[in-house]
Amino acid sequence: MADMKVDELSVSVARDPSMMTGGVPTKDWQDVPAIFKPGNYCYPGKKEMVEYHSKSFPGLFGEPRDWLVEDEDWKLPENWKEIIINGIKERLDKFRSFKVFMDICVRCGACADKCHFFLGTGDPKNMPVVRAELLRSIYRNEFTKAGKILGKLAGAREMTVGVLKEWFMYFYQCTECRRCSVFCPYGIDTAEITMMARELLHLVGVNTNWILEPAANSNRTGNHMGLQPHTLKENVEYLCDDIEEITGLRITPSWNRKGAEILFITPSADFFAEPGIYTAMGYMLLFEHIGLDYTFSTYASEGGNFGLFTNNEMMKKLNAKMYAEAKRLGVKWILGGECGHMWRVLHQYMDTMNGPADFLEVPKSPITGTVFENAASTKMVHISEFTADLLRHGKLKLDPKRNAHRKMTYHDSCNPARAMGLLEEPRYILKHVVDDFHEMPENTIRESTFCCGSGTGLNTGEIMELRMRAGLPRANAVKYVHDKHGVNTLGCVCAIDRATLSSLVDYWVPGVDVCGLSELVGNALIMDGEKERESGLRFEELAVEDEGEADV
Amino acid sequence: MKILYPFIAVIGLMFVAFLGVQLGMQSLFGIVIPYLAFAIFIGGFINKVVGWAKSPVPFRVPTTCGQGKSLPWIREDCLDNPSTTGGVVARMALEVLTFRSLFRNTQADVYDGPKLRYGSSKYLWLFALLFHYSFAVIVIRHMRLFTDPMPFFVPILEFFDGILQIGAPTLYQTDLIILGGLTLLFLRRIMIAKVRYMSLPADYFPLFLIFAIAVTGILMRYFVRVDVINIKQLAVGLASFSPILVDGIGSIFYIHLFLVCCLMAYFPFSKLMHLGGVFMSPTRNLANNSRMVRHINPWNDPSIKPHSYASYEDEFREFMSGAGLPLEKELPVEEPAVEDQAETTETPAE
Repeated sequence: MADMKVDELSVSVARDPSMMTGGVPTKDWQDVPAIFKPGNYCYPGKKEMVEYHSKSFPGLFGEPRDWLVEDEDWKLPENWKEIIINGIKERLDKFRSFKVFMDICVRCGACADKCHFFLGTGDPKNMPVVRAELLRSIYRNEFTKAGKILGKLAGAREMTVGVLKEWFMYFYQCTECRRCSVFCPYGIDTAEITMMARELLHLVGVNTNWILEPAANSNRTGNHMGLQPHTLKENVEYLCDDIEEITGLRITPSWNRKGAEILFITPSADFFAEPGIYTAMGYMLLFEHIGLDYTFSTYASEGGNFGLFTNNEMMKKLNAKMYAEAKRLGVKWILGGECGHMWRVLHQYMDTMNGPADFLEVPKSPITGTVFENAASTKMVHISEFTADLLRHGKLKLDPKRNAHRKMTYHDSCNPARAMGLLEEPRYILKHVVDDFHEMPENTIRESTFCCGSGTGLNTGEIMELRMRAGLPRANAVKYVHDKHGVNTLGCVCAIDRATLSSLVDYWVPGVDVCGLSELVGNALIMDGEKERESGLRFEELAVEDEGEADV
Repeated sequence: MKILYPFIAVIGLMFVAFLGVQLGMQSLFGIVIPYLAFAIFIGGFINKVVGWAKSPVPFRVPTTCGQGKSLPWIREDCLDNPSTTGGVVARMALEVLTFRSLFRNTQADVYDGPKLRYGSSKYLWLFALLFHYSFAVIVIRHMRLFTDPMPFFVPILEFFDGILQIGAPTLYQTDLIILGGLTLLFLRRIMIAKVRYMSLPADYFPLFLIFAIAVTGILMRYFVRVDVINIKQLAVGLASFSPILVDGIGSIFYIHLFLVCCLMAYFPFSKLMHLGGVFMSPTRNLANNSRMVRHINPWNDPSIKPHSYASYEDEFREFMSGAGLPLEKELPVEEPAVEDQAETTETPAE
C-alpha cells in the first residue's frame, strides 16, 4: 500500500466497494482478521524506548523487546491474556466512563458515519460503535453474566491474539477526536475507550514508536522534538533574526527567567517546524507589542503531551513539568500557546492530576486588567482567550490589510472544540486581523468539526494513505470553500494541525496554506519603531494595495 | 441467525407460558414468576447502577458541544456546554426527554470527486421518540390495574390517549404508535446496511419481546376479550402483597404477563440499562468548569513526579551555560591545565 496518487485515491474512496459506497462485507466483523501490510500500521516502539519508559513505570509498558507488526509472533509475554483481563478489571474499577460505556450502547448507529476514519476508509470496524465492540465483546465474555452464559449470542467472544492485533489496528485508527460522542444519545465517547485500549496494549508491550519516542524526548529534554536547551534557544534566535529582517526590530525573549510574571508554554513544533515557526514569531511579536513580562522555559518547553496517547500515568508525569517550572521560576500564572491535545490535557486533566496550583495567582491580564475567572483554579490561559481580550480592549494596533493576501477559513481543532468549547475566541481574533473570512459547511465546524486525521500520535509518515483518507472529510470541506470563495488559507489553533493539515491540503486541495492564528496577528501588528513591511512573516509577498483593488 | 434466534426465543417464551397455563401452573405464572421477575428487575437495576457508581469519575471529561464559559462578553452556550449545575440539569433533561443528541443526527454520503455530503437525518430520533413515549404512556396506563383507587393522572392520560374516540373499546393511540415505532426501528435495523452489520442478537431480542408484549396486550383489549375485573383483582393482589389466584383469566393474559416478566428479568443484564446509564454518563452529566474548580481524582498518585529540573540541569548544564541560560547550580570552576589551554582556543560566544 504505497502512497496512492490523489486521483487514484479519489476514485478509490468514492467507488471501491466499502461500507461507505454501499458494499457490505460477506463475513461478520468478528470473523474478519486484521491483516497488517506496509502502510496500514505504525512502526512498533524501539526496545530502548520501552526500556526508558519502564524505568519510570515498571510494568506499564510491557516487556522491552524487538518485534515487528507484520510478524506472526509478537513475542508477547506468556501470561499476556491474564495481563489484559486484569488490566480491564482494574480500569473498570478506576474509570466510571469506561464501565458505563461498556454496558449501555444500544447500537443505534448514530455514530457510524460520524468518524472521519470510517468516512475515508469505509471499513466497518471504523464505525465508532464497532470499534468499541472490539473491546466490549471481551468485556462481556469476562465480566458479564449474559456473556458468560450466552457467549456469542450475547455478543461476547474469547480474547485471542487475533483480537489483540485487531485492537492494535483499530485503536490506532482513532484519533480520540470525540466527534462520535457529540452524536451519541448517551454521550459514549470513543476517546475514553481508545485510551483504555491503548493503555491495555501498552501493558503487553504493544505500542508505536512515533508516540513512545516523543514522550521519551519530552521527559528528558523537555520537548517532543528532543531539542536540547541550547538548540532550542538558538532556533528561537533564528526566528528573531527573521523577525528583524521583516520588521527591523530585534526581539530578545528571555529563557528560564525567574521572577517573570508569566510563563509561556507552547508546543515545541512551534519553535522548530514550518509553518508552526510563523505562529511562534507571531507570539513573540504580540508579547513585544504589549510589553509582556514573560519567559520561555527550556525545561518545560513542550505544550503537547504524547503521554495522553499512552496512559494516564505518563500523561501526568509529562504534564507535571509545567507547574513544577512555574513554581521554580516564581511566575504568577501560565499562558499556553495554540495546540489541540495540549489543551485537552490542560483543560480537563492538569489541575486534577498535578494541582492544586496554589503557588500561582488567578490569571490577570497585565495589559487590560481582565481576570480570567474561567482559569481561576488551573491558572493557565489559552493564547486565544488572552488575545481576544486584548482586542476587545483595543490594546492592539493592527493593519489587517497586511493579511489581505489571505482568504481565510477556520478549522476548529477537535480538543479545543469538543473538550473545552473554545469556538468564539479564535473567530473574534480572525475578524480583527483578516478581512476575508468564510466558514466551512455547518456540519464540519465547531462541535461537529472534523479531525485532521492524524491526531493522537498518528502523524507519522508510514501511514500516509490512511492519514489522507482520514483527513478527507476535513480536506473536502476546505475544498468546498476553496472552490466557492477562493479560500487560500486554513487557520487553526493546533500545532499538530499546522503540520498535518499542511500535508493534507497539499494532497487534496493544493494552493491552500495552513497557519496558526497568532501568525496572522503578528503579521497585522503595527509595532512601535518598525520599518515598512515588505513581506509577511513567512517572507511571502503581501497583497498589492491598490485603489483598483487588484484581485490576484 | 442474528435475527432468527431472538425471534425463536420470543416464540419459545410465549409457548412456555401457554404450556404452563394449560398444565395448570397459574400460581407459578401468575404469582411466583411476577414476583421473582420484579425482584430481579429492581435488584438487578440497583446493583448495576451501584456498580457503576462505585467506580469514580477520575477526570472531568464533558463533551462540549458549544461555546464554553470564558470571557464575560462571549456568550456561553449554557445548554450544550454548561458550566453550572443548573445548566447540566437542563442539558440532561433535554437529552433524556427530547433525545437532543439524536436530533443532531446527519447522514454522510460519498460521491465522485470525492465529495462528501452530510444531510439531515432525523428518522432515528423520530422513531425513538415514538417508541419511548408510547411505552412510557402504556406503562403508566397500566397503573389502573395495580392501584385502587388509581392515581388522578391515570384517567387523564387515558382520556388523552383515547382522544380520537375511535371504536369500542376506545382505541388508544399509543397502542398503534408503539407497534409502528417498533416496526420502524426494526426495519431501520435490517434495511440500513451499516446498522444491520453492527447489530447483535441482543439488539433484536428486546424489539421482538416488546413487540410480542404489545401485540398480546392489544389482542386482549380489542379482540380476544378477557375479564378485566379478574385481572385487576390479581394485579391489585400482587401489588398489595396479598396475591390471590383468580379463575377465568385466559391464557393470553398469562402469555402477556410472562413476557413482561421476561422483559423485567432481562432488563438489568442488557443494553436496556441505557435507561439508567444515560444519567451516569460523564461526558454529559458534568459541568465544563475544570479550569475553574478543581476536580478530585480519588486514586490520583502523588508519587508520580516529573523528571526533575535538577536532573535536567545536571544533564545539560554545560550546554546551558554555554548558551547563556540561567542555572541553579553554576558549572564547577575548573582551573584549566596549562597544556589544555592551547586546545581550547574558542570560547562560546555570549
